[in-house]
This record gives sequence, structure tokens and C-alpha cells, in this order.
Amino acid sequence: MDVRNRNRVTVSGRADGPVVMLAHGFGCDQNMWRLVVPALERDFRVVLFDHVGAGRSDLSAWNEERYSSLDGYADDVLEICHELDVRPVFVGHSVSASVGVLAASREPERFSGLVLLTPSPCYIDDPATGYRGGFSAEDIDELLESLESNYLGWSAAMAPVIMGHPERPELGEELTNSFCRTDPKIARVFARATFLSDNRDDLAGVRVPTLIAQCSQDAIAPREVGEFVHAQIDGSELVTLSATGHCPQLSAPEATASAIASFAAGAVR
Amino acid sequence: MTSGDVPHRTPGHPGDRGPVPGGGEAVGQVSALLEDSAEDLYENAPCGYLSTLLDGQIAKINRTLLDWLGHRREDLVGRKRFADLLTVGGKLYHETHFAPLLRLQGEVSGIALELKAADGGRLPVLVTSALKRDSDGRPLLIRTTVFDARDRRAYETELLRARQEADRERERLQRLATTLQRTLLPPALENVPGLDVAAHYHIASADEVGGDFYDLFPLTAGTWGLFLGDVRGKGAAAAAVTSLARYTLRAAAVYHPDPAAVLGNLNTVLNHESHGDDPRFCTVLYGLLIPADRGGFHITLASGGHPPAVLMRADGSADYVHTPGGQLLGVVPDADIATATVHLGPGDTMLLYTDGLTEAHTTMAGGRYSDEALLDFARSLAPTTAQAAIAAVRDLLGSFDTVDDDTALLAITAPRPGGEEARGAG
Repeated sequence: MDVRNRNRVTVSGRADGPVVMLAHGFGCDQNMWRLVVPALERDFRVVLFDHVGAGRSDLSAWNEERYSSLDGYADDVLEICHELDVRPVFVGHSVSASVGVLAASREPERFSGLVLLTPSPCYIDDPATGYRGGFSAEDIDELLESLESNYLGWSAAMAPVIMGHPERPELGEELTNSFCRTDPKIARVFARATFLSDNRDDLAGVRVPTLIAQCSQDAIAPREVGEFVHAQIDGSELVTLSATGHCPQLSAPEATASAIASFAAGAVR
Repeated sequence: MTSGDVPHRTPGHPGDRGPVPGGGEAVGQVSALLEDSAEDLYENAPCGYLSTLLDGQIAKINRTLLDWLGHRREDLVGRKRFADLLTVGGKLYHETHFAPLLRLQGEVSGIALELKAADGGRLPVLVTSALKRDSDGRPLLIRTTVFDARDRRAYETELLRARQEADRERERLQRLATTLQRTLLPPALENVPGLDVAAHYHIASADEVGGDFYDLFPLTAGTWGLFLGDVRGKGAAAAAVTSLARYTLRAAAVYHPDPAAVLGNLNTVLNHESHGDDPRFCTVLYGLLIPADRGGFHITLASGGHPPAVLMRADGSADYVHTPGGQLLGVVPDADIATATVHLGPGDTMLLYTDGLTEAHTTMAGGRYSDEALLDFARSLAPTTAQAAIAAVRDLLGSFDTVDDDTALLAITAPRPGGEEARGAG
């Protein structure tokens, strides 16, 4: 299996630098990191990839069984680490924070550190324990409806384009909305895996240095969720970025890059 | 521009016709119809306008959108974010798709969302947003237009429903086709003493029933009949002919086992069934197997326009069992049937196939697999066994670019005495 092509892995930056691996969340692809990559490339070797089903990953590698739980994505992360033979600081945005937690619990020695960017181990409220994730199951159904009515220009004819033509890379470029283009079926499965997973119990198993970076105003991962994650992971650090929204790597790229860089520099020392 | 820039004029007289060169009358008439108030154009445009700060805070909103939502300006401006107007699902979509795309592309257009009105109602809208940047290219604010999409959303919902319905129908059709296909083939091949048998059916399209068929069945006193054929066409009409051909062949073989007579009877039945605009043709290779005293079987083959069988000998040679001149069945009342007789000795394997195999598309020169290529392939296989030959041809089919047509394969081997295995094809 060609892991690099499957996940459209790209490596850039300082060849002898410590490795920072950036994992995008639900919705778009590795382009999400565009604004922070230049700052990180100066000191680090930067590994980017697309989750299978997203961006320009190999869609033929997608199957519902593997990718209907976050474990499938965690397996992929470990496979990429093995393939590149790296021991990175893993930066997981949003749902990929949970993916990183799962991967690091399975192979702690594989990671120098974890950066959980706007994480939420569970998006759904749990009245039994008083946990507030911010959403109800019905809210998630509503999201699925939004996905159904917004294919973002996806069509069956586009599928071959994003199915990976390594020999004709120009095919996949400059398509409107391509960063967030997804087959509606794949999007539905990823949305379910993202918003219906409950990884709260996995947090205590994290044994690698961890930074939690949350936004001051985030409609998806409220601050109390970031604090919950911080409390569950022994020895973790929590920073609150002065940023609005769920994607600080886009809304506050400098602050996000510098939080990642200073943590990563310390973690690999 | 303010509303004072262009003077108001009273409309011209109804009798005025077109512009008068140098005259001021018509200009006045047109300018009265011109939008002379940007403010009014903004506030009462037939779409909603909304400007937000980068964090989503509403900075400006027009009257049209306020009216649609039933909100007061002072409750929104400086107090709410755009995402606050969305349903929860829409908010998730906004945060995970819309906002990132807007930052990455500078613009997002035609996104379907639902806005929450003050009275709790929901307004389906299409939203387009663009980033306004300062002179250094830094984002300053977000401009958004909002279109009422109630009718369109109803239409799209209907399309989506129709598509889901079509998907379900297609699945149902595929199940039906698969089931029908299965009934046209024997569930398992008979166990023939002194003969190894293997078969394979390659389905080219899950949507349509193909017209290929085969069978192997007992006749009197240790003799056996076998056939493999191909009905022209696909779908339900072809399936009906396939069914007719199978049962006619079985019945005709009992009545008169001579292969040429069996095919002659099938030809007659097909001719009776054929109607001008509904022709029913097929090609068939029919064989009568009689155990030979010296081991193996005597085989009499009769062909009605079917590609010749391939015989792969125990000594490693291979050749076609030519049955030239046999005519397509169902076309003329007295079709010519060609016959040939061979001895299938111990270690010999005979392969029957339909032309889906020889006409498959390949990347080789010529674009299609061919009779010559198949013979070369058979020579590389021989000596072989029924199972090994079918497995090898299956792999071959899998290696082709496309196999347009269904392909049926039937192979028989007279095993060597003492169970000595022929060298397999790997």
C-alpha cells in the first residue's frame, strides 16, 4: 500500500529540523494549514497530509468500515509515521485532536508531543455526568442535512480528478471550493465519526507532553471543553488564543504558529 | 453618492417616443427611473445584505433581511454574529466549511443555509460572502448577500428525494438482475464420474441480465450433455430467450441426443418464437459426452455459430476444435449446424467460452483480445486442469481494461488415471 499517495503526504521545511505533523479536521483538507506552514518551515520539518476521503487523498482507499470510527484515522496517522520513520510533534485540529490522542495512546513512543488545537473529546452533551459538549444528537442530524444540500460543487464527474492523478497534478488544482470538496457519502460518514465519537475516557491514557490550544470564542469547542481536556491529561499545558471561530490557524495564524513552535521546540529538546 | 446628486424630474408625456437628439425630455424620463438613491438600493434591495467583522460580528444589515427575519436592527448590529442567525447544524457547517473556505479563497458562493427568524421560523437561503481587504491585502470585513431560497430549496429537496429514490430503485434492479442471472445458470454443476468440471460467469454490468448460459446434465447410460451459448442482446428480453434456449436444449437432448439434431430443434423453436421486430438469435456449442473404452470421453460437438472450443492436450499442445460453417440459430429455418468429434483423453482439458472473452478490450495493439491471443494463452496453459484453466482465464479477464459483454466459461478435464495431477497453470 502506498501510504504517501493514499494520504497525499507532503513534507517541507528544514530537512534536519524536528518534525511537526499537522492534521486537518472535519470539513476541509491540508490547505487549512496554509497560513501557519511558512512560519513553521523555518525551524521544523513539516509533514502535511489529507485524511482519506478528504482533499486529494486516494478516494479508492476509502471504505466505510475503516473510516466510520476515529480508530481508522488513527491507524493512518501511525502508518504515515512509520512510512516516514518520524517521531513527530503531532498537531491535531478539531477532530484530529482526538485522532492524535488515540494514536498516542496506542504508540506513545511514536510521538514527541501532542498539540490539541480546539479539541473536543465529545461534542454531545452528557447530562448524566454534567459534561457539556455543546450539541445534541438532533443538532448533528441538522448538520448532516446541511451537508446533503451543499455538495460544494462536488459531482460524480469530479471524483476521478480528486481520486489522485499523481501523473497529472494540474488536474486537481484551482477548482473552486476544492479545499472542502467531499463526496457527500464520505462527508456523512466522517461527520458521524467526528460528532458522535466519545473519546473522553481516552484522555487519561495520554503519556506524551501535551499542549491544548483553544480559542477565546469558539462555537464548536467552547472553553469549558478545553479546560476539561486540560484537567484530564496529566501535566498538559493549556493556552487560550485570542481568536474567534473554530479555526485559529486561519483566523489567527501568527499566534497559532508561535504556540505550536514554542511548544514543539520544548517537546523535542 | 447621495440622493441629491441627480435631480428628480417628472416623467415625460405618455406620447413621447424614444430619445430626441439633443433634447432633455427623454433624459429626464430615464433618470427618473434610474436608481438615484444608493441608500434605498441597499436597504430595500430584493436580497439581504449583511456586513460582518472578521469575527462574525454584524456591522451592517439591510432592511430587506431584517424584514425577512423579523429582527430589529438594534438587536443585531454590534450584538450578534452571523453564525447566531444560523440553525445549530448550519453553524457547524459554517465553522467547518464556510468560514475556512472564505479565508482560503476570499469568496464563497451559493451556499445553502437556513436562517432563524425572530419568531422561530426558518428561512432557507443561499449565501454568498466575499472578504473585503485593505490596500495591503489584509482582510478587513466580510460582505454577504442573502437570497431567499424557499422555492429553490423545495425543488432541491425534491431532486434529492428523487435521486435517493432512483438509487434505491437501481439497487433493487441490480438485486433482481443478479437473482434472475442466477436462475439462468445451474446452481452447481453435476458431478460426472471420470470428469473434472469447472465454470465461471463474469457479469459485465450489474444493471442488466446478460444472455450467456451453460449447463451439464446426465443423459442415458453414462452419457452426458453439455452446452454453452450466448443470446444476442441483454436485459429481460434476452433473459427470456436464454430461459427458452436452456429448457429447449434439455428437452430436445432427451428426445434425440444427436448434437446436430438438438441444435436443429432449438433453431426451429427460436424461429417459431421470432417476430419481425423482436428477433431471437443465439449461438450455442453443444456437446455429447460418451465414456471411451480407452479412458476419457468421446465428444461430439455441434456448433450453431459459436466460437470454437479450445482443447489443451496432456502432451502440452493446444488447438481449437474447429466447427466452421455453423450458423447463428433463430435466423433461418434450416440453419447449418457444424459438427466435430474429438477424444478427450486422460489429462486433456477442453474450454468452452463466449465471445465476451475474445472481444474484451486490452491495452495490447489492436485494442481487443483475439482468437490468436486466446490460443497462445491456451498453449501456455497446457497441460492443465478444468479448475486451473478457469482460474487462469478469470485472472486474464481481471487483467483486461474492460470486458463489455458477459462472459461464460466452462471447462472439462478427463483426469489422468490414479489421480495423477496435471501440471497446473499456476
